[in-house]
Amino acid sequence: MDVSRQYWFDLGPLSSIPKRGARTVQVPRREIAVFRTANDEVFALENRCPHKGGPLSEGIVHGRKVACPLHNWIIDLESGDATGADHGCARSFPIKIENDRIFIDMGVAAAA
Amino acid sequence: MTSPNKCRRKLVVVGNGMAAGRMLEELFARAPGGHDVTIFGAEPRVNYDRIMLSPVLAGDKAFADIVIHDEDWYAGHGVDLRRGDKVVAIDRAARTVTTASGASEPYDTLVLATGSDPFVIPVPGKDLPGVVTFRDLDDVEAMLAAAGRGGSAVVIGGGLLGLEAAAGLAAKGMTVTVVHLMPILMERQLDQNAAYLLRKAIEKRGITVETGANTTAILGDGKVEGVRLDDGRTLPADLVVMAVGIRPNAALAKAAGLEVKRGVVVDDHLATSDANIFAVGECVEHRGACYGLVAPLYEMAKVLAGRIAGEPVPGYVGSVTSTKLKVTGVDLFSAGDFSEGDDNDEVVLRDPARGVYKRVILRDGRIVGAVLYGDTADGSWYFDLIRKHADVSDMRETLIYGQAFQGGGVLDPLAAVAALSDDAEICGCNGVCKGTIVQAITTKGLSGLDEVRAVTKASASCGQCTSKVEAVLAVTLGDAYSAAARKPMCKCTELTHEEVRERIDAKTLKSVPAVMQELGWKTSCGCPSCRPALNYYLVAAWPGEYRDDPQSRYVNERVHANIQKDGTFSVVPRMWGGLTTPDELRAIADVADRFKIPTVKVTGGQRIDLIGVRKEDLPAVWAQLNASGLVSGQAYAKGLRTVKTCVGKEWCRFGTQDSMGLGVKMERLMCGSWTPAKVKLAVSGCPRNCAEATVKDIGVICVDSGYDIHVAGAAGLHVRATDLLGHVDTEEDALEVCAAVLQAYREQAAYLDRLYKWVDKIGLDTLRAEVIDDLANRRALYDRFVVAQRAVRKDPWAERAAGHELHEFTPLAKLAIIPPVLVEV
Ligand code: SRM
Ligand SMILES: Cc1cc2nc3c(=O)[nH]c(=O)nc-3n(C[C@H](O)[C@H](O)[C@H](O)COP(=O)(O)OP(=O)(O)OC[C@H]3O[C@@H](n4cnc5c(N)ncnc54)[C@H](O)[C@@H]3O)c2cc1C
Ligand code: SF4
Ligand code: FES
Repeated sequence: MDVSRQYWFDLGPLSSIPKRGARTVQVPRREIAVFRTANDEVFALENRCPHKGGPLSEGIVHGRKVACPLHNWIIDLESGDATGADHGCARSFPIKIENDRIFIDMGVAAAA
Repeated sequence: MTSPNKCRRKLVVVGNGMAAGRMLEELFARAPGGHDVTIFGAEPRVNYDRIMLSPVLAGDKAFADIVIHDEDWYAGHGVDLRRGDKVVAIDRAARTVTTASGASEPYDTLVLATGSDPFVIPVPGKDLPGVVTFRDLDDVEAMLAAAGRGGSAVVIGGGLLGLEAAAGLAAKGMTVTVVHLMPILMERQLDQNAAYLLRKAIEKRGITVETGANTTAILGDGKVEGVRLDDGRTLPADLVVMAVGIRPNAALAKAAGLEVKRGVVVDDHLATSDANIFAVGECVEHRGACYGLVAPLYEMAKVLAGRIAGEPVPGYVGSVTSTKLKVTGVDLFSAGDFSEGDDNDEVVLRDPARGVYKRVILRDGRIVGAVLYGDTADGSWYFDLIRKHADVSDMRETLIYGQAFQGGGVLDPLAAVAALSDDAEICGCNGVCKGTIVQAITTKGLSGLDEVRAVTKASASCGQCTSKVEAVLAVTLGDAYSAAARKPMCKCTELTHEEVRERIDAKTLKSVPAVMQELGWKTSCGCPSCRPALNYYLVAAWPGEYRDDPQSRYVNERVHANIQKDGTFSVVPRMWGGLTTPDELRAIADVADRFKIPTVKVTGGQRIDLIGVRKEDLPAVWAQLNASGLVSGQAYAKGLRTVKTCVGKEWCRFGTQDSMGLGVKMERLMCGSWTPAKVKLAVSGCPRNCAEATVKDIGVICVDSGYDIHVAGAAGLHVRATDLLGHVDTEEDALEVCAAVLQAYREQAAYLDRLYKWVDKIGLDTLRAEVIDDLANRRALYDRFVVAQRAVRKDPWAERAAGHELHEFTPLAKLAIIPPVLVEV
């Protein structure tokens, strides 16, 4: 099976996510959090904190990180890794922005 | 084929602008006399430095000063310049171009250098006389003519061009307003902090800046008279300058069938999809990028000249660009990528006294971007490091001080201060030098920071030099000095919460960027601890004026419900004073049924909690509760939570006053307020205290003679019984004193300090003097509280049920489609 295949889905315009905010995308079997930083970078992580499953989309976005709303673990938006002394990783999904629209690649998710 | 001289090839250039000019210079330097050159320019003049149109507008330069190639230059290189003749068509098969005047010219090699067109927003009135763009000398002359007649100008667009136009027109005496769609000026080149300083500088020139302002129409009968904004306002205007951006001018290429996307598509050697046609300058799109600054065009020009001269040259690989604003007195530089960072990958230096802000952004030990305001001397040095991808890990500590600072070892701060001479300045804001501080310490016997601040003013303003002042204390007093345990707000500042609050007030700081700049924040955008605190301080300081930043609030306050461990939410409606009615209970029951809410619980705060509501259901749940008259209980807020009451005189055989009634009045007076931490009240009808008023932030105990007001209780992590603040005779006074206490707490306390912590800090006696003894002060506090409450008198649930911030409650997308790979397995 070709796992490197990409399936890009259009998630709508960049402006539908507030700066330093997040929205969720529901896909079969999981929920994905799509974050927009102050500088319009967009990242997607599975919406489950590696600590106890907190919804990362509800956290405060700062720089390229988000603070989990439940117990304040700080998760790196790019890699999904917990930072500092905490260990764990939220799965990340490729994102691209074209003509101010956000696309997510679900190829990996589907293959997994 | 059609060459007049058989060994000289015929080169035709379309567009006589900066890229074309530079390309020809490079070509003549490499292959003098190699080509017969004809150049067509739509403008009726020689090649000039377009960048310098801004100084021409401002009156600092004349056209003659900005000419790049005069008549002699064209003649000397045998260039046939056809000015004022626009090329209208290319016949690629015949290899000829045709011009507006009807002339036709053959080519062996064709270069397109048509630049860009200013973008004109498609609003009604855009074609009225008096609406101009800012691109060429004709535009400048039109603006100068308008400025000569005086009046007002509206510049649409707060980017580089718009601001240069605005500054020029203001210098010529016009009343100028800049209308900008984005929340900050030059948002593509600046971060919010540099933009804050820029805005201050622009406003200082008498120019009005309207950000977040969308133009909906240009008004006027026969000529421009005004600009209409989408908030309904009309700005008067005798001149409107559109400076909202540029579009690569690729129409000619497109009509000729060349590949065009945003611009004319070229490869690394600037060839278009036709091997005989090249393109250079702003009209091209290279590797997906279009440029609007000269530096990249010059790089392209060099590559293209080499290519045409037949030399083997490395291809063009794209450019990192840097920006400077050419407004006299404004020093600004930005380059590269300056996405919002955090302290791990950025270095920030602010000097509030000099209005300096510098930020260098690093990734993996290399500089990827820089924003400088007020002191741009090191701009080109950083820019060079960016382009070279130089590893700067070794310089990190001193990087921000610039090139001149490199080479010295990292100094021990104490040793550095000890080494300073007496006339070295320690505090820039107040101009206090080391000698003055040392003298004050020794002659006046000062022993701590606060004393030094009081006597010398050093570090009393922005506070950024606090650590230096402490170092002077340490150096002067030696072991006798032990720094008091000051707790800075967070790692972004040296100031404590209280100090930040005082300065927000004293310096009238009204926005987060203003606080961060004027108080010398050490990071560019703060951190998750200072952002919510600053947001609260500004809400409290400027009620109704400051615009709340939801993104700096914890999720519960942002979505007006409490998050639960499974990501669902709880909904707690207000039950004023713990009282309810059969109708309210039915409404709650109906909501619980309809939305299948799993848990309904009576809280410790005398009301009902609906637990386990799905986020998407929140607006509908609220709408239904609202319809029955129930509003948000703010169980999620750093604000008033509950006012518990006991039965009181209405029913209870021991009751001395109407405790239920007073509790309801308290709750109605105070609900919706934002406070440093949550606030809970209780009113008990007699000292038996069934409402547990003596473990509340504010507790009222009714007695025969009136009301005992208690403060500073808690029963959470820390159990603390209240202290008696004082006694009042009437219900009105009880309400006034309680609201005054709350307002003093709102104005003075550190974010996240419960009321008892604040009282412990300031002392019960101080509070008593403020709200019991000093009647005028109590009244003033009460009045300020009422003013602040006016700004929050809307039920947040009703606003959201009506669609406010809907994005919070709906997913961005639901992807039901199963990607084909699953099917393939
Ligand atoms: C629902 C409730 C428990 C109950 O079922 O009775 C409750 C539930 C929570 N309390 Fe409480 N507290 C509740 C009454 C209390 C009381 C009793 C009271 O208010 O009379 C106290 C002790 C009184 C006090 O505050 O001094 C109380 C002291 C705390 C504390 C400790 C605060 C402190 O300063 O030490 C926390 C933690 C915090 O706020 O950081 C807390 C935090 C919480 C949080 C918000 C935990 C959290 O951060 O998620 C719980 C939210 C649950 C939810 O989503 O609704 N809760 N909590 C009560 C809601 C009252 C209401 O109607 O609004
Ligand atoms: C006011 C102002 C200030 C600026 N400040 C700066 C700055 O500070 N720093 C910076 O780096 N950049 C600045 N720029 C941008 C810079 O001037 C441009 O990047 C540069 O001029 C682009 O060069 P070009 O040769 O691609 O296009 P241009 O210089 O615009 O030249 C294109 C020429 O082609 C002509 N033309 C178009 N179509 C045809 C046709 N069909 N036939 C014949 N002729 C045609 C046009 O009339 C024009 O004269 C500024 C621009 C302006 C307007
Ligand atoms: S006591 Fe603890 S577990 Fe119970 S509601 Fe309060 S915070 Fe939650
Ligand atoms: S679940 Fe995220 S920090 Fe605990």
